[in-house]
Amino acid sequence: MEVRVVNVRKEFERFPALHDVSLDIRSGELIALLGPSGSGKTTLLRLIAGLERPTKGAVFFGDEDASQKSIQERNVGFVFQHYALFRHMTVADNIGFGLKVRHGAARPPAQEIRRRALELLDLVQLSGLEKRYPAQLSGGQRQRVALARAMAIEPKVLLLDEPFGALDAQVRRELRRWLREIHDRTGHTTVFVTHDQEEALELADRVVVMSQGRIEQVGGADEIYDTPNSPFVYSFIGESSALPVKVENGEVWLADRPIGLPAPHAPSGEAQLYFRPHDVELVDGCSGCIAGTVAASRRVAGTRRVELEVGGERQRVEIELPVDHPAAQKSRVAFRPRRWKLFPTA
Amino acid sequence: MADPEIKSYEPLHESRSAAVTESRPVRITLTTVTLVFLGVFLLLPLIIVFKEAFAKGVGAYFQSLGDADTRSAIRLTLLVAAISVPLNLVFGLSAAWAIAKFEFKGKAFLTTLIDLPFSVSPVISGLVYVLLFGAQGLLGEWLKAHGIQILFAVPGIVLATVFVTFPFVARELIPLMQEQGNGDEEAALSLGANGWQAFWYVTLPNVKWGLLYGVLLCNARAMGEFGAVSVVSGHIRGLTNTMPLHVEILYNEYNAVGAFAVASLLAGLALVTLVLKTLLELRYGAEIAATRGH
Repeated sequence: MEVRVVNVRKEFERFPALHDVSLDIRSGELIALLGPSGSGKTTLLRLIAGLERPTKGAVFFGDEDASQKSIQERNVGFVFQHYALFRHMTVADNIGFGLKVRHGAARPPAQEIRRRALELLDLVQLSGLEKRYPAQLSGGQRQRVALARAMAIEPKVLLLDEPFGALDAQVRRELRRWLREIHDRTGHTTVFVTHDQEEALELADRVVVMSQGRIEQVGGADEIYDTPNSPFVYSFIGESSALPVKVENGEVWLADRPIGLPAPHAPSGEAQLYFRPHDVELVDGCSGCIAGTVAASRRVAGTRRVELEVGGERQRVEIELPVDHPAAQKSRVAFRPRRWKLFPTA
Repeated sequence: MADPEIKSYEPLHESRSAAVTESRPVRITLTTVTLVFLGVFLLLPLIIVFKEAFAKGVGAYFQSLGDADTRSAIRLTLLVAAISVPLNLVFGLSAAWAIAKFEFKGKAFLTTLIDLPFSVSPVISGLVYVLLFGAQGLLGEWLKAHGIQILFAVPGIVLATVFVTFPFVARELIPLMQEQGNGDEEAALSLGANGWQAFWYVTLPNVKWGLLYGVLLCNARAMGEFGAVSVVSGHIRGLTNTMPLHVEILYNEYNAVGAFAVASLLAGLALVTLVLKTLLELRYGAEIAATRGH
């Protein structure tokens, strides 16, 4: 089922949580809504589910306008951040709940409900735990029961709100791989919310980066990381360093000297230069480069991160060096970013 | 697949650390003070009630309970409780639901209002009904013209009891429901349940123990209420006397055995309530703890 969000605006007591957001989700896609807290990602997910109504705009499921439909009619599988399992019901009853509350002919007989529940329990690799209560399960197991329960109603769309937010790092990684497998096997259109970029980039077909109630960029992992389209995306995804520079005569200038980066198409004037700390080349003798005094040097896992003070205003930037590179011992280092991007200062 | 979530747990430490443990004499003194206080103010009166009730033997005890007026008082008390407890169950549940699950204007005011019967003297609550429904009261003329008797009759007693016992169920449920939030209901709705199913299968089971506590306390108070009922009842023997009022009348007539026999029934009710509550906690302790949080 493809889902289209068209010009949606959402206000909570006149405070806007989403400004005019549009998004096309393809059928069978696994898509991540990524952003810091307060960016509106959970609100967008709840709007798609029908847990909230948009102030303006519409949500389409296929060609059907779903915005006027209630959450029951939309037939979505929603997995809550804190699982929201029914604590007085066994695992099997939890999973069967969505079938049990159906009316008339749509409601399968009790035996069929039980069979479906056991089947789903098998899918989420928890066979044998059907008689347990949620309180008797670990966090990761609860999350899987919650997913099985959401899938029991054969939803058109699966929506997951910070599905791994409350789990520890190792379990998260394991469940991430597992969710990808389940998705590839069942083919549900799946949207999940996360604030963990590693999770989003690794798991999703496409990532929707959000900030302050707006969508900043939509794209695959490569696209988002290699060609960020805004200063926010550049600094939010991965490591980045930024320097205030000037563009003049098709060249980038730092203070009063050009730094050897041609920018023939950039408009002249003040700008911010963004680059990845690991994506730099060191140069000897500075004619057209960025040079700075070493202010601090830290060993981080497989690399050495060096903080430099650059220019008369002692702007701090970070670059990464191989651990045994001799430059780390020097007091002055000169470098030039290999890949970089300019954003004009407004 | 091997379960990745199995962790080893360290053995539980002794929960009391040396730094917060008082010295032995202090502990003994505090314990003694508490026990003596409980003994003198709670246990002793209870024993005296039963001792006085059986002062002239078991025969006299049952004879005084068999008295027509006494039996009528017992019936009335049961009737009043049977009406007011279900009413307050419904009121309390809906008030708690509204306060815990929705945002609306005047919510803080409503919360305060629910506590009103706790903070107002029961006599005042009774007087309010006299001012409303009495012959000289606000609605008195109209009621008289239509031949409706509220004061000095069962409706008045029920109204006063409902007012006084209103907070018990609501008070028990509001914090519980607030803590549990809307998540479970949203989950139920997203799975296709309608509002009624969500309430019946999810909300109600989540609060059932709190609800039962509230009902037990509400019932104990409904049967034992004296002040408010005394003002509106009119003390008509065999007609509008509830058990607590009947105890007073018998006692004022120097019928100690009769008074304490009825009192022993009320005390027995209190004991049964406590025992039930304790049994519930013992039997379903783990489940009660589980429904109070994750």
